[in-house]
Amino acid sequence: MGNNVVIKVENLGKSYQINSRKTESYTALRDVAARMAVSPFRKIRSLMAGNSSNTGGLRRSDTTAEAFWALRDVSFTVKQGEVIGIIGRNGAGKSTLLKILSRITEPSNGRVQIKGRVASLLEVGTGFHPELSGRENIFLNGAILGMSRAEIKSKFDEIVEFAEVEKFLDTPVKRYSSGMYVRLAFGVAAHLEPEILVVDEVLAVGDAEFQKKCIGKMSDVARGGRTVLFVSHNMAAVKSLTTTGLVLQAGKVAFSGSSDESIDFYTRSINSQNTGHDRNLGSGSHTTVKQVRLLDNAGVAVSHYNPGSPLILEITFQTDGTAALSIEAFLLDSTRSKLALASLHQFHGTSLPGRPGIYVFRLILEPLWLASGRYSLDITTSLVNSGWDHYIEDAIDFDVITSNPLGHPWDFKQSYGYGAFAMLCRESPVFTQIE
Amino acid sequence: MNPETVTEAPSVAAKNSSRQIDQTDDDSFDLTIEAGRAEINYWFDLWRYRELFYILAWRDISVRYKQTSIGVAWALLQPFLTMLVMTLVFGRMASLPSEGTAPYAIMVFAAMLPWMFFSSALSSASQSLVGNANLISKVYFPRLIIPGSAIVTALADFLISFVILIAIMGWYGFAPGWRMVTLPLFVLMAFLASLGPSLFITALNVKFRDFRYVIPFMVQFGLYVSPVGYSSSLMHQKLGDNLFLLYSLNPMVGVIDGFRWAILGGNVEIYLPGFFLSLIVTGFFLCLGIIYFRKTEKSFADII
Repeated sequence: MGNNVVIKVENLGKSYQINSRKTESYTALRDVAARMAVSPFRKIRSLMAGNSSNTGGLRRSDTTAEAFWALRDVSFTVKQGEVIGIIGRNGAGKSTLLKILSRITEPSNGRVQIKGRVASLLEVGTGFHPELSGRENIFLNGAILGMSRAEIKSKFDEIVEFAEVEKFLDTPVKRYSSGMYVRLAFGVAAHLEPEILVVDEVLAVGDAEFQKKCIGKMSDVARGGRTVLFVSHNMAAVKSLTTTGLVLQAGKVAFSGSSDESIDFYTRSINSQNTGHDRNLGSGSHTTVKQVRLLDNAGVAVSHYNPGSPLILEITFQTDGTAALSIEAFLLDSTRSKLALASLHQFHGTSLPGRPGIYVFRLILEPLWLASGRYSLDITTSLVNSGWDHYIEDAIDFDVITSNPLGHPWDFKQSYGYGAFAMLCRESPVFTQIE
Repeated sequence: MNPETVTEAPSVAAKNSSRQIDQTDDDSFDLTIEAGRAEINYWFDLWRYRELFYILAWRDISVRYKQTSIGVAWALLQPFLTMLVMTLVFGRMASLPSEGTAPYAIMVFAAMLPWMFFSSALSSASQSLVGNANLISKVYFPRLIIPGSAIVTALADFLISFVILIAIMGWYGFAPGWRMVTLPLFVLMAFLASLGPSLFITALNVKFRDFRYVIPFMVQFGLYVSPVGYSSSLMHQKLGDNLFLLYSLNPMVGVIDGFRWAILGGNVEIYLPGFFLSLIVTGFFLCLGIIYFRKTEKSFADII
């Protein structure tokens, strides 16, 4: 085999027992106890079998039948210094793949061989403790991310400078502003020096200045001859940062090639698929978006939008009551370029309710004069200033059938390449003759 | 800033980091991931991640003493007050005999030390995995580290309350004998006796979240079943040899007898068959705990 292959994945598969997934992940002892009373010996045996998922909580006949393959027969290789973008919609297996590569979960079959140290930025600030000072958290977080004490010491000043927290080093991080918190967390992570860096959606965090820093740091890593696996919904970032791409669909490799080809393949496949209202949207760790519907003025669910009328989204979500959660919506055109952002927190100062439960609300947006064509909306819940929680790519698609503010026959089409919405004059122009 | 930190060339530190070498595979790869593989490297990994273990234990300890406003005082007060109540109720009001001529308070406190250690190890370990769910679902390391560091925190409390023992002994003018030197052995025994059940319960608690309601009851119950407030020679006297052997199935009986034997000096004679039985049960629980924990560990990240 080639000497410069650093990751070699062969026939990788990961299956979950359907019932052991999120919704019913752990069992109540009282249920098991009730069943044990019925058939004591069988249950004791299954209890001791332990890891074979949730046998304790299942009736026997169910245990073999329903396996969900999050990944199946995935094979690829990554060469030293390659920056590979892993693309795919929610539930395609990206996170599972990253979890296996960073050894958080074991594959069900197949194998992965890795050369060098892998560090993952699955979520910045993992293991930060609010009571500890900035200084203490740097050491704690560094150790959790796999740095040795000596290594952290040698990077300490760089991290502090990067995060701009010199004055607050001995303050507990619970007193930090969210911006400082994120900068410090990313600072530690960015100063890891792994041979292979796994990045998942961290660039979506923080202000523009900080994002620039992060992207700069990532390209530094890439230029240093190290390998980067990059998972993002931000196609522009994937395009500018990666050299090769891997498209996952339903747990399988659908395409692999250069990053431009991969993005093309991905956008084409997204556009050819239908709206998919019934698909499994997955879930986040604090929140789950259950349903997104586009409504017309009368409150009826529709699949097209009339330019110039309010854009009404009805969003049903579940929250565990965590503070400072927000919902964002991105409007994308048919090439999946982001056109516009709506944000509960950033633009309206509204957070999601602090009581756990399932809620529904209407996001009534100002009228847009969209060009005719196909659009989609990415909907995400987010932890304010720290990252996405439940990101649903292409949560809803809609069409604009015809677009002309005056109702004239000339149709302003998205495909003309003149842009995606019309800029209308606020007042009719008045011509004043000056010469 | 920090005078000792000198910025080095960035790549140096990374090269020094330890790598996992896997002999069974192609030499050019450092790490192979496949089903069941983590099994083979487990204990080796545990050693490799020892630095994380130290730092997590340090985090648990420092957070514990930062969060409670009375901090260290709490670790001192809790066993002291319990001892006071037990001495009053059992020693004064019920007039139960102490071990030999040893003051009742010292006898109770000698048992209170390992018991408090056992109970706080059990309850903090059982919550530790669920409390560190974000770590477990984001980063790989041998999960044993988490309950392990929780138990080390309990050990810190133990060392602090040891100071009270010395104070009480000073108050009564009670001089320890040569047996005091053997105390570290019994501390080790207490550690192992706590580790086994803690691991078992920790793993159960991930799987069955309502198990946490059972733990306070178990701890409460254990306090009266173990010879903490009374002497175990009294128990032996009342129960006779056979029943006392049955009583010694509780591993804490052996641990507590050991502590009293070491601290109270010539006042205590250990009933050896009972002590060895406790040792065997400790070993059994240790194996059970480790095996069950290891079995369920792989699925923690999926179900937590």
